Amino acid sequence: MTATVHVGAPAAGAEDSRADTRVVRRRLGPGRRIPYAFWIGPLLALAVWSAGSATGIIKPAILSAPWDVVVAFQDQWVSHDLLGNVLASLQRSVVGLTLGVVTGAVLAVVSGLSRIGESLVDGPIQIKRSIPTLAIIPLFIAWFGINEEMKIITIALISLVPIYVHTHNGLRGIDGKYAELAETIGIGRPDFIRHVVLPGALPGFLLGMRFAVTSSLLGLVVVEQYNATSGIGHMITLAEQYGQTDVIVVGLVLYGIFGYLADTAVRATGRKVLAWRRTLED
Amino acid sequence: MAPDTRGLTTEPAVRVRNLHRSFSKDGGVLNGLDLDIAAGEFVALIGRSGTGKSTLLRALAGLDRDVAGHGRISVPGSVSVVFQDSRLLPWKRVLGNVTFGLPGPGAAERGKQALAEVGLAGRERAWPYQLSGGEQQRASLARSLVREPQLLLADEPFGALDALTRIRMHALLRKLCETHRPAVLLVTHDVDEAIVLADRVILLDAGVVRTDVRVDLPRRSRSDAAFAELRSYLLDELGVDEESRR
Repeated sequence: MTATVHVGAPAAGAEDSRADTRVVRRRLGPGRRIPYAFWIGPLLALAVWSAGSATGIIKPAILSAPWDVVVAFQDQWVSHDLLGNVLASLQRSVVGLTLGVVTGAVLAVVSGLSRIGESLVDGPIQIKRSIPTLAIIPLFIAWFGINEEMKIITIALISLVPIYVHTHNGLRGIDGKYAELAETIGIGRPDFIRHVVLPGALPGFLLGMRFAVTSSLLGLVVVEQYNATSGIGHMITLAEQYGQTDVIVVGLVLYGIFGYLADTAVRATGRKVLAWRRTLED
Repeated sequence: MAPDTRGLTTEPAVRVRNLHRSFSKDGGVLNGLDLDIAAGEFVALIGRSGTGKSTLLRALAGLDRDVAGHGRISVPGSVSVVFQDSRLLPWKRVLGNVTFGLPGPGAAERGKQALAEVGLAGRERAWPYQLSGGEQQRASLARSLVREPQLLLADEPFGALDALTRIRMHALLRKLCETHRPAVLLVTHDVDEAIVLADRVILLDAGVVRTDVRVDLPRRSRSDAAFAELRSYLLDELGVDEESRR
Protein backbone atom coordinates (compact mmCIF):
# COMPACT_ATOMS: atom_id res chain seq x y z
CA MET A 1 0.00 0.00 0.00
CA THR A 2 1.40 3.35 -0.92
CA ALA A 3 0.82 6.49 1.06
CA THR A 4 1.37 9.81 -0.59
CA VAL A 5 2.73 12.60 1.50
CA HIS A 6 1.63 16.02 0.34
CA VAL A 7 3.81 18.73 1.66
CA GLY A 8 2.54 22.27 1.54
CA ALA A 9 5.36 24.73 0.90
CA PRO A 10 5.58 26.95 3.97
CA ALA A 11 7.34 30.28 3.61
CA ALA A 12 10.83 29.88 4.97
CA GLY A 13 11.10 31.16 8.51
CA ALA A 14 7.50 32.26 8.95
CA GLU A 15 4.95 29.68 10.21
CA ASP A 16 2.20 29.50 7.59
CA SER A 17 -1.08 28.91 9.41
CA ARG A 18 -2.66 27.44 6.27
CA ALA A 19 0.05 24.83 5.76
CA ASP A 20 -1.51 21.44 5.08
CA THR A 21 0.67 18.40 5.44
CA ARG A 22 -1.14 15.10 5.53
CA VAL A 23 -0.83 11.46 4.68
CA VAL A 24 -3.47 10.37 2.20
CA ARG A 25 -4.48 6.75 1.63
CA ARG A 26 -5.99 5.48 -1.56
CA ARG A 27 -9.78 5.34 -1.18
CA LEU A 28 -11.33 1.88 -1.26
CA GLY A 29 -14.98 2.82 -0.59
CA PRO A 30 -17.30 4.26 -3.25
CA GLY A 31 -16.42 7.84 -2.33
CA ARG A 32 -18.52 10.98 -2.59
CA ARG A 33 -22.01 10.96 -4.00
CA ILE A 34 -22.59 12.16 -7.56
CA PRO A 35 -25.47 14.67 -7.68
CA TYR A 36 -28.60 13.32 -9.43
CA ALA A 37 -26.80 10.00 -9.84
CA PHE A 38 -30.12 8.14 -9.99
CA TRP A 39 -31.18 9.85 -13.22
CA ILE A 40 -27.97 9.44 -15.20
CA GLY A 41 -28.63 5.83 -16.27
CA PRO A 42 -32.30 6.32 -17.26
CA LEU A 43 -31.51 9.51 -19.20
CA LEU A 44 -28.75 7.72 -21.06
CA ALA A 45 -31.19 4.93 -21.98
CA LEU A 46 -33.71 7.53 -23.17
CA ALA A 47 -31.00 9.15 -25.31
CA VAL A 48 -30.09 5.82 -26.92
CA TRP A 49 -33.79 5.08 -27.54
CA SER A 50 -34.33 8.51 -29.16
CA ALA A 51 -31.24 8.19 -31.32
CA GLY A 52 -32.27 4.68 -32.40
CA SER A 53 -35.76 5.82 -33.37
CA ALA A 54 -34.55 8.96 -35.14
CA THR A 55 -32.04 7.07 -37.27
CA GLY A 56 -34.55 4.30 -38.02
CA ILE A 57 -32.50 1.57 -36.35
CA ILE A 58 -35.40 0.92 -33.96
CA LYS A 59 -38.47 0.28 -36.11
CA PRO A 60 -41.85 1.63 -34.86
CA ALA A 61 -43.32 -1.90 -34.99
CA ILE A 62 -40.70 -3.02 -32.46
CA LEU A 63 -40.73 0.05 -30.24
CA SER A 64 -42.39 3.41 -30.89
CA ALA A 65 -40.29 6.53 -30.75
CA PRO A 66 -40.37 8.51 -27.48
CA TRP A 67 -42.21 11.40 -29.13
CA ASP A 68 -44.86 8.99 -30.50
CA VAL A 69 -45.34 7.73 -26.95
CA VAL A 70 -45.95 11.31 -25.82
CA VAL A 71 -48.55 11.72 -28.59
CA ALA A 72 -50.16 8.40 -27.61
CA PHE A 73 -50.29 9.56 -24.01
CA GLN A 74 -52.16 12.71 -25.07
CA ASP A 75 -54.52 10.72 -27.27
CA GLN A 76 -55.26 8.23 -24.46
CA TRP A 77 -55.78 11.06 -21.98
CA VAL A 78 -58.16 13.02 -24.23
CA SER A 79 -60.20 10.33 -25.96
CA HIS A 80 -59.75 7.06 -24.05
CA ASP A 81 -60.15 8.05 -20.38
CA LEU A 82 -56.53 7.41 -19.37
CA LEU A 83 -57.15 9.10 -16.03
CA GLY A 84 -60.02 6.71 -15.30
CA ASN A 85 -57.79 3.75 -16.12
CA VAL A 86 -55.02 5.05 -13.87
CA LEU A 87 -57.44 5.61 -10.99
CA ALA A 88 -58.99 2.16 -11.42
CA SER A 89 -55.56 0.54 -11.24
CA LEU A 90 -54.48 2.70 -8.30
CA GLN A 91 -57.61 1.81 -6.39
CA ARG A 92 -57.11 -1.92 -6.94
CA SER A 93 -53.51 -1.88 -5.82
CA VAL A 94 -54.09 0.44 -2.85
CA VAL A 95 -57.04 -1.57 -1.52
CA GLY A 96 -55.26 -4.89 -2.07
CA LEU A 97 -51.99 -3.63 -0.62
CA THR A 98 -53.67 -2.18 2.46
CA LEU A 99 -55.49 -5.43 3.13
CA GLY A 100 -52.32 -7.44 2.66
CA VAL A 101 -50.16 -5.14 4.78
CA VAL A 102 -52.56 -5.02 7.72
CA THR A 103 -53.17 -8.78 7.67
CA GLY A 104 -49.48 -9.55 7.25
CA ALA A 105 -48.42 -7.28 10.10
CA VAL A 106 -51.09 -8.61 12.48
CA LEU A 107 -50.19 -12.22 11.66
CA ALA A 108 -46.50 -11.43 12.16
CA VAL A 109 -47.12 -10.01 15.63
CA VAL A 110 -49.42 -12.90 16.60
CA SER A 111 -46.96 -15.50 15.41
CA GLY A 112 -43.96 -13.60 16.75
CA LEU A 113 -45.25 -13.17 20.28
CA SER A 114 -47.16 -16.35 21.02
CA ARG A 115 -46.02 -19.94 20.59
CA ILE A 116 -49.59 -21.04 19.84
CA GLY A 117 -49.92 -18.28 17.25
CA GLU A 118 -46.63 -19.34 15.72
CA SER A 119 -47.72 -22.95 15.40
CA LEU A 120 -51.00 -21.93 13.75
CA VAL A 121 -49.77 -19.14 11.47
CA ASP A 122 -46.14 -19.66 10.58
CA GLY A 123 -46.41 -23.07 8.90
CA PRO A 124 -49.22 -22.19 6.47
CA ILE A 125 -47.50 -18.94 5.48
CA GLN A 126 -44.17 -20.65 4.88
CA ILE A 127 -45.98 -23.21 2.69
CA LYS A 128 -47.85 -20.46 0.90
CA ARG A 129 -44.50 -18.72 0.30
CA SER A 130 -43.21 -21.60 -1.73
CA ILE A 131 -46.24 -21.52 -4.08
CA PRO A 132 -46.11 -18.50 -6.43
CA THR A 133 -49.27 -16.48 -5.87
CA LEU A 134 -49.73 -16.10 -9.60
CA ALA A 135 -50.09 -19.88 -9.87
CA ILE A 136 -53.06 -19.75 -7.50
CA ILE A 137 -55.01 -17.31 -9.67
CA PRO A 138 -56.87 -20.07 -11.58
CA LEU A 139 -58.12 -21.41 -8.23
CA PHE A 140 -59.12 -17.92 -7.12
CA ILE A 141 -61.05 -17.46 -10.34
CA ALA A 142 -62.97 -20.64 -9.50
CA TRP A 143 -63.65 -19.37 -5.98
CA PHE A 144 -64.20 -15.64 -6.41
CA GLY A 145 -65.04 -15.25 -10.11
CA ILE A 146 -63.17 -12.95 -12.44
CA ASN A 147 -64.27 -9.64 -11.02
CA GLU A 148 -62.81 -7.09 -8.62
CA GLU A 149 -62.97 -9.45 -5.64
CA MET A 150 -60.51 -11.94 -7.15
CA LYS A 151 -58.18 -9.13 -8.19
CA ILE A 152 -58.03 -7.48 -4.79
CA ILE A 153 -57.60 -10.78 -2.93
CA THR A 154 -54.74 -11.77 -5.22
CA ILE A 155 -52.96 -8.44 -4.67
CA ALA A 156 -53.55 -8.65 -0.93
CA LEU A 157 -52.15 -12.17 -0.74
CA ILE A 158 -49.11 -11.37 -2.83
CA SER A 159 -48.20 -8.35 -0.66
CA LEU A 160 -49.01 -10.12 2.62
CA VAL A 161 -46.08 -12.50 2.38
CA PRO A 162 -43.14 -10.04 2.34
CA ILE A 163 -44.76 -7.98 5.10
CA TYR A 164 -45.20 -11.07 7.25
CA VAL A 165 -41.72 -12.43 6.63
CA HIS A 166 -39.84 -9.19 7.28
CA THR A 167 -41.96 -7.99 10.20
CA HIS A 168 -41.70 -11.40 11.84
CA ASN A 169 -37.96 -11.43 11.25
CA GLY A 170 -37.56 -7.90 12.64
CA LEU A 171 -39.68 -8.77 15.66
CA ARG A 172 -37.75 -11.92 16.48
CA GLY A 173 -34.54 -9.95 16.03
CA ILE A 174 -35.40 -7.57 18.90
CA ASP A 175 -32.77 -8.03 21.58
CA GLY A 176 -34.12 -10.19 24.42
CA LYS A 177 -32.58 -7.82 26.95
CA TYR A 178 -35.27 -5.25 26.13
CA ALA A 179 -37.94 -7.79 27.05
CA GLU A 180 -36.04 -8.41 30.29
CA LEU A 181 -35.98 -4.67 30.98
CA ALA A 182 -39.73 -4.46 30.34
CA GLU A 183 -40.24 -7.33 32.80
CA THR A 184 -38.28 -5.57 35.56
CA ILE A 185 -40.22 -2.39 34.91
CA GLY A 186 -43.38 -4.38 35.31
CA ILE A 187 -45.47 -3.31 32.34
CA GLY A 188 -48.25 -5.42 30.84
CA ARG A 189 -48.37 -7.07 27.46
CA PRO A 190 -50.26 -4.28 25.63
CA ASP A 191 -47.64 -1.72 26.74
CA PHE A 192 -44.88 -4.17 25.86
CA ILE A 193 -46.26 -4.50 22.33
CA ARG A 194 -46.73 -0.77 21.96
CA HIS A 195 -43.40 0.42 23.34
CA VAL A 196 -41.02 -2.43 22.57
CA VAL A 197 -42.36 -4.87 19.96
CA LEU A 198 -43.85 -2.52 17.37
CA PRO A 199 -41.02 0.05 17.32
CA GLY A 200 -38.45 -2.75 17.38
CA ALA A 201 -40.08 -4.52 14.44
CA LEU A 202 -40.56 -1.30 12.44
CA PRO A 203 -37.30 -1.50 10.44
CA GLY A 204 -38.26 -5.01 9.32
CA PHE A 205 -41.81 -3.91 8.53
CA LEU A 206 -40.58 -1.05 6.36
CA LEU A 207 -38.25 -3.36 4.46
CA GLY A 208 -41.20 -5.69 3.94
CA MET A 209 -43.20 -2.68 2.76
CA ARG A 210 -40.73 -2.00 -0.04
CA PHE A 211 -41.06 -5.58 -1.27
CA ALA A 212 -44.84 -5.53 -0.78
CA VAL A 213 -45.26 -2.43 -2.95
CA THR A 214 -43.32 -4.05 -5.78
CA SER A 215 -45.24 -7.33 -5.36
CA SER A 216 -48.58 -5.57 -5.39
CA LEU A 217 -47.70 -3.97 -8.74
CA LEU A 218 -46.71 -7.36 -10.10
CA GLY A 219 -50.05 -8.73 -8.94
CA LEU A 220 -51.84 -5.75 -10.46
CA VAL A 221 -50.26 -6.30 -13.88
CA VAL A 222 -51.29 -9.94 -13.90
CA VAL A 223 -54.84 -9.65 -12.58
CA GLU A 224 -55.65 -6.80 -14.93
CA GLN A 225 -55.21 -9.17 -17.83
CA TYR A 226 -58.29 -11.09 -16.68
CA ASN A 227 -61.60 -9.66 -17.82
CA ALA A 228 -60.65 -6.08 -17.03
CA THR A 229 -62.86 -3.34 -18.37
CA SER A 230 -60.75 -0.59 -16.90
CA GLY A 231 -57.21 -0.07 -15.66
CA ILE A 232 -53.79 0.24 -17.15
CA GLY A 233 -53.63 -3.51 -17.79
CA HIS A 234 -56.88 -3.28 -19.75
CA MET A 235 -55.39 -0.47 -21.84
CA ILE A 236 -52.26 -2.53 -22.54
CA THR A 237 -54.28 -5.63 -23.48
CA LEU A 238 -56.30 -3.62 -26.00
CA ALA A 239 -53.15 -2.03 -27.43
CA GLU A 240 -51.60 -5.47 -27.80
CA GLN A 241 -54.55 -6.58 -29.96
CA TYR A 242 -54.14 -3.57 -32.24
CA GLY A 243 -50.33 -3.68 -32.28
CA GLN A 244 -49.99 -0.18 -30.76
CA THR A 245 -46.56 -0.33 -29.18
CA ASP A 246 -46.77 3.38 -28.31
CA VAL A 247 -49.78 2.74 -26.05
CA ILE A 248 -48.09 -0.30 -24.50
CA VAL A 249 -45.10 1.88 -23.65
CA VAL A 250 -47.45 4.49 -22.08
CA GLY A 251 -48.75 1.73 -19.79
CA LEU A 252 -45.27 0.51 -18.90
CA VAL A 253 -44.09 4.03 -18.09
CA LEU A 254 -47.11 4.50 -15.82
CA TYR A 255 -46.39 1.23 -13.97
CA GLY A 256 -42.80 2.40 -13.56
CA ILE A 257 -43.87 5.77 -12.18
CA PHE A 258 -46.27 4.04 -9.72
CA GLY A 259 -43.52 1.79 -8.46
CA TYR A 260 -40.93 4.51 -8.19
CA LEU A 261 -43.22 6.92 -6.32
CA ALA A 262 -44.42 4.23 -3.93
CA ASP A 263 -40.87 3.11 -3.15
CA THR A 264 -39.72 6.71 -2.65
CA ALA A 265 -42.62 7.28 -0.25
CA VAL A 266 -41.74 4.17 1.77
CA ARG A 267 -38.07 5.15 1.98
CA ALA A 268 -38.89 8.72 2.97
CA THR A 269 -41.21 7.42 5.69
CA GLY A 270 -38.44 5.11 6.85
CA ARG A 271 -35.92 7.94 7.14
CA LYS A 272 -38.39 9.91 9.18
CA VAL A 273 -39.60 7.25 11.60
CA LEU A 274 -36.22 5.53 11.98
CA ALA A 275 -34.38 8.70 13.03
CA TRP A 276 -33.21 6.83 16.13
CA ARG A 277 -30.97 4.60 14.06
CA ARG A 278 -27.48 5.33 12.93
CA THR A 279 -26.67 3.43 9.75
CA LEU A 280 -24.07 3.34 7.02
CA GLU A 281 -26.47 5.29 4.80
CA ASP A 282 -26.06 8.49 6.82
CA MET B 1 -13.95 -4.85 60.08
CA ALA B 2 -15.16 -7.73 62.12
CA PRO B 3 -17.96 -9.77 60.60
CA ASP B 4 -21.23 -7.99 61.11
CA THR B 5 -22.86 -9.16 64.29
CA ARG B 6 -25.13 -6.21 64.86
CA GLY B 7 -28.65 -7.47 65.33
CA LEU B 8 -31.34 -6.18 63.00
CA THR B 9 -34.09 -4.65 65.04
CA THR B 10 -36.43 -3.73 62.19
CA GLU B 11 -37.76 -5.98 59.46
CA PRO B 12 -35.05 -6.15 56.71
CA ALA B 13 -35.86 -4.94 53.20
CA VAL B 14 -34.41 -8.09 51.70
CA ARG B 15 -34.49 -11.47 53.36
CA VAL B 16 -33.05 -14.53 51.66
CA ARG B 17 -33.05 -17.92 53.33
CA ASN B 18 -31.49 -21.18 52.20
CA LEU B 19 -31.37 -20.13 48.56
CA HIS B 20 -30.35 -22.79 46.05
CA ARG B 21 -29.96 -22.25 42.31
CA SER B 22 -28.31 -24.53 39.80
CA PHE B 23 -27.91 -24.55 36.04
CA SER B 24 -26.89 -28.20 35.80
CA LYS B 25 -27.40 -31.41 37.76
CA ASP B 26 -23.80 -31.65 38.92
CA GLY B 27 -23.45 -28.61 41.11
CA GLY B 28 -25.31 -25.57 42.33
CA VAL B 29 -24.35 -21.97 41.74
CA LEU B 30 -26.05 -20.88 44.96
CA ASN B 31 -25.89 -23.43 47.79
CA GLY B 32 -28.07 -22.46 50.71
CA LEU B 33 -27.37 -18.75 50.76
CA ASP B 34 -28.72 -16.55 53.58
CA LEU B 35 -28.75 -12.76 53.31
CA ASP B 36 -30.47 -9.81 54.96
CA ILE B 37 -30.32 -6.24 53.68
CA ALA B 38 -31.74 -3.52 55.90
CA ALA B 39 -33.88 -0.71 54.48
CA GLY B 40 -31.63 2.00 53.11
CA GLU B 41 -28.52 -0.15 53.40
CA PHE B 42 -25.93 -0.18 50.60
CA VAL B 43 -24.48 -3.64 50.14
CA ALA B 44 -21.73 -4.47 47.67
CA LEU B 45 -21.45 -8.04 46.48
CA ILE B 46 -18.03 -9.20 45.36
CA GLY B 47 -16.62 -12.58 44.45
CA ARG B 48 -14.68 -14.29 41.73
CA SER B 49 -16.35 -15.11 38.41
CA GLY B 50 -18.88 -17.90 38.65
CA THR B 51 -19.50 -17.62 42.38
CA GLY B 52 -23.15 -16.75 41.88
CA LYS B 53 -23.22 -12.95 42.21
CA SER B 54 -25.33 -12.35 39.13
CA THR B 55 -27.43 -15.43 39.83
CA LEU B 56 -28.33 -13.99 43.24
CA LEU B 57 -29.10 -10.59 41.77
CA ARG B 58 -31.30 -12.08 39.07
CA ALA B 59 -33.10 -14.17 41.68
CA LEU B 60 -33.85 -11.01 43.66
CA ALA B 61 -34.97 -9.26 40.46
CA GLY B 62 -37.31 -12.14 39.65
CA LEU B 63 -35.56 -12.83 36.35
CA ASP B 64 -34.68 -16.47 36.94
CA ARG B 65 -37.96 -18.27 36.31
CA ASP B 66 -36.22 -20.93 34.18
CA VAL B 67 -33.47 -21.71 36.70
CA ALA B 68 -33.83 -24.78 38.92
CA GLY B 69 -33.66 -24.31 42.69
CA HIS B 70 -35.51 -23.55 45.89
CA GLY B 71 -35.34 -21.28 48.91
CA ARG B 72 -37.19 -18.31 50.33
CA ILE B 73 -36.87 -14.75 49.07
CA SER B 74 -38.70 -11.67 50.22
CA VAL B 75 -38.07 -8.31 48.59
CA PRO B 76 -39.90 -4.96 48.77
CA GLY B 77 -42.77 -4.23 46.43
CA SER B 78 -40.81 -1.76 44.38
CA VAL B 79 -37.57 -3.09 42.93
CA SER B 80 -35.55 -1.52 40.15
CA VAL B 81 -32.62 -2.96 38.22
CA VAL B 82 -29.63 -1.16 36.70
CA PHE B 83 -27.92 -3.37 34.16
CA GLN B 84 -24.31 -3.33 33.01
CA ASP B 85 -25.43 -2.01 29.63
CA SER B 86 -27.66 1.01 30.04
CA ARG B 87 -30.41 -0.84 28.21
CA LEU B 88 -32.05 2.29 26.89
CA LEU B 89 -34.62 1.56 24.18
CA PRO B 90 -32.92 2.96 21.06
CA TRP B 91 -36.25 4.05 19.55
CA LYS B 92 -37.26 6.22 22.50
CA ARG B 93 -35.79 9.59 23.30
CA VAL B 94 -33.96 9.95 26.61
CA LEU B 95 -36.99 11.30 28.48
CA GLY B 96 -39.20 8.58 27.00
CA ASN B 97 -36.77 5.99 28.27
CA VAL B 98 -36.74 7.47 31.77
CA THR B 99 -40.53 7.57 32.00
CA PHE B 100 -40.99 4.21 30.20
CA GLY B 101 -43.85 2.37 31.86
CA LEU B 102 -44.36 5.12 34.42
CA PRO B 103 -48.07 5.69 34.95
CA GLY B 104 -49.81 8.95 35.70
CA PRO B 105 -49.95 12.44 34.28
CA GLY B 106 -46.94 13.80 36.19
CA ALA B 107 -44.60 11.23 34.64
CA ALA B 108 -42.88 13.62 32.22
CA GLU B 109 -42.28 16.19 34.94
CA ARG B 110 -40.84 13.60 37.32
CA GLY B 111 -38.70 12.23 34.49
CA LYS B 112 -37.27 15.68 33.83
CA GLN B 113 -36.43 16.08 37.51
CA ALA B 114 -34.70 12.71 37.61
CA LEU B 115 -32.67 13.65 34.52
CA ALA B 116 -31.66 16.92 36.16
CA GLU B 117 -30.58 14.98 39.24
CA VAL B 118 -28.18 12.85 37.22
CA GLY B 119 -26.90 15.91 35.37
CA LEU B 120 -28.69 15.33 32.08
CA ALA B 121 -30.99 18.37 32.12
CA GLY B 122 -31.47 19.58 28.56
CA ARG B 123 -30.83 16.16 26.98
CA GLU B 124 -34.49 15.06 27.23
CA ARG B 125 -35.00 15.06 23.47
CA ALA B 126 -31.73 13.30 22.56
CA TRP B 127 -31.70 9.78 21.10
CA PRO B 128 -29.75 7.24 23.18
CA TYR B 129 -27.08 6.81 20.48
CA GLN B 130 -26.26 10.51 20.83
CA LEU B 131 -25.18 10.03 24.46
CA SER B 132 -21.75 8.89 25.63
CA GLY B 133 -21.44 5.65 27.58
CA GLY B 134 -21.40 7.48 30.91
CA GLU B 135 -24.41 9.60 29.96
CA GLN B 136 -26.33 6.51 28.89
CA GLN B 137 -25.65 4.90 32.25
CA ARG B 138 -26.74 8.10 34.04
CA ALA B 139 -29.98 8.05 32.03
CA SER B 140 -30.51 4.46 33.12
CA LEU B 141 -29.92 5.51 36.76
CA ALA B 142 -32.54 8.23 36.28
CA ARG B 143 -34.93 5.60 34.90
CA SER B 144 -34.47 3.58 38.08
CA LEU B 145 -34.64 6.51 40.50
CA VAL B 146 -37.79 8.02 39.05
CA ARG B 147 -39.58 4.85 40.20
CA GLU B 148 -38.46 5.52 43.79
CA PRO B 149 -37.50 1.90 44.41
CA GLN B 150 -37.17 0.48 47.90
CA LEU B 151 -34.55 -1.87 46.50
CA LEU B 152 -32.06 -0.99 43.78
CA LEU B 153 -30.27 -3.93 42.16
CA ALA B 154 -27.20 -3.02 40.13
CA ASP B 155 -25.27 -5.61 38.14
CA GLU B 156 -21.82 -4.17 37.50
CA PRO B 157 -23.35 -0.91 36.35
CA PHE B 158 -20.00 0.79 35.78
CA GLY B 159 -18.16 -2.21 34.37
CA ALA B 160 -18.20 -0.92 30.80
CA LEU B 161 -17.16 2.66 31.63
CA ASP B 162 -13.68 4.16 31.52
CA ALA B 163 -11.85 4.78 34.79
CA LEU B 164 -12.44 8.54 34.95
CA THR B 165 -16.14 8.27 34.16
CA ARG B 166 -16.43 5.51 36.74
CA ILE B 167 -15.06 7.75 39.52
CA ARG B 168 -17.62 10.43 38.66
CA MET B 169 -20.38 7.81 38.61
CA HIS B 170 -19.37 6.60 42.07
CA ALA B 171 -19.81 10.07 43.51
CA LEU B 172 -23.14 10.45 41.72
CA LEU B 173 -24.48 7.09 42.90
CA ARG B 174 -23.50 7.78 46.53
CA LYS B 175 -25.17 11.17 46.41
CA LEU B 176 -28.34 9.74 44.87
CA CYS B 177 -28.51 6.92 47.40
CA GLU B 178 -28.08 9.34 50.29
CA THR B 179 -30.99 11.39 48.93
CA HIS B 180 -33.37 8.57 48.07
CA ARG B 181 -32.26 5.93 50.61
CA PRO B 182 -33.17 2.72 48.75
CA ALA B 183 -31.66 -0.54 49.89
CA VAL B 184 -28.95 -1.29 47.33
CA LEU B 185 -27.33 -4.49 46.19
CA LEU B 186 -24.40 -3.70 43.92
CA VAL B 187 -22.62 -6.54 42.14
CA THR B 188 -19.08 -5.60 41.27
CA HIS B 189 -15.69 -7.06 40.40
CA ASP B 190 -13.91 -4.06 41.77
CA VAL B 191 -12.92 -4.23 45.46
CA ASP B 192 -12.13 -0.50 45.56
CA GLU B 193 -15.53 0.32 44.13
CA ALA B 194 -17.17 -1.86 46.79
CA ILE B 195 -15.32 -0.10 49.62
CA VAL B 196 -15.88 3.39 48.21
CA LEU B 197 -19.62 2.91 47.81
CA ALA B 198 -20.99 0.38 50.25
CA ASP B 199 -22.01 0.27 53.93
CA ARG B 200 -21.34 -3.45 53.86
CA VAL B 201 -19.30 -5.70 51.61
CA ILE B 202 -20.31 -9.31 51.10
CA LEU B 203 -18.03 -11.83 49.47
CA LEU B 204 -19.59 -14.86 47.81
CA ASP B 205 -17.69 -18.09 47.45
CA ALA B 206 -19.09 -21.36 46.14
CA GLY B 207 -22.62 -20.06 46.37
CA VAL B 208 -22.64 -18.98 50.02
CA VAL B 209 -21.65 -15.82 51.88
CA ARG B 210 -18.02 -16.30 52.87
CA THR B 211 -17.24 -12.86 54.27
CA ASP B 212 -19.56 -10.11 55.47
CA VAL B 213 -17.87 -6.91 56.61
CA ARG B 214 -19.19 -3.53 57.59
CA VAL B 215 -17.35 -0.62 55.97
CA ASP B 216 -16.78 1.77 58.83
CA LEU B 217 -14.24 4.20 57.51
CA PRO B 218 -13.93 7.84 58.61
CA ARG B 219 -12.84 8.83 55.10
CA ARG B 220 -13.42 6.79 51.97
CA SER B 221 -10.10 7.69 50.47
CA ARG B 222 -7.83 5.23 48.80
CA SER B 223 -4.84 6.83 50.49
CA ASP B 224 -6.33 6.16 53.95
CA ALA B 225 -4.60 3.44 55.98
CA ALA B 226 -7.88 1.82 57.07
CA PHE B 227 -9.03 1.75 53.43
CA ALA B 228 -5.85 -0.04 52.40
CA GLU B 229 -6.18 -2.49 55.26
CA LEU B 230 -9.76 -3.40 54.35
CA ARG B 231 -8.83 -3.64 50.69
CA SER B 232 -5.99 -5.98 51.43
CA TYR B 233 -8.19 -8.10 53.72
CA LEU B 234 -10.84 -8.49 50.98
CA LEU B 235 -8.23 -9.29 48.34
CA ASP B 236 -6.85 -11.97 50.66
CA GLU B 237 -10.33 -13.40 51.00
CA LEU B 238 -10.70 -13.36 47.21
CA GLY B 239 -7.46 -15.32 46.97
CA VAL B 240 -5.52 -12.66 45.07
CA ASP B 241 -1.84 -13.14 45.89
CA GLU B 242 0.52 -10.33 46.89
CA GLU B 243 2.38 -10.44 43.57
CA SER B 244 -0.54 -9.43 41.40
CA ARG B 245 -1.73 -6.51 43.56
CA ARG B 246 -0.94 -2.99 42.49
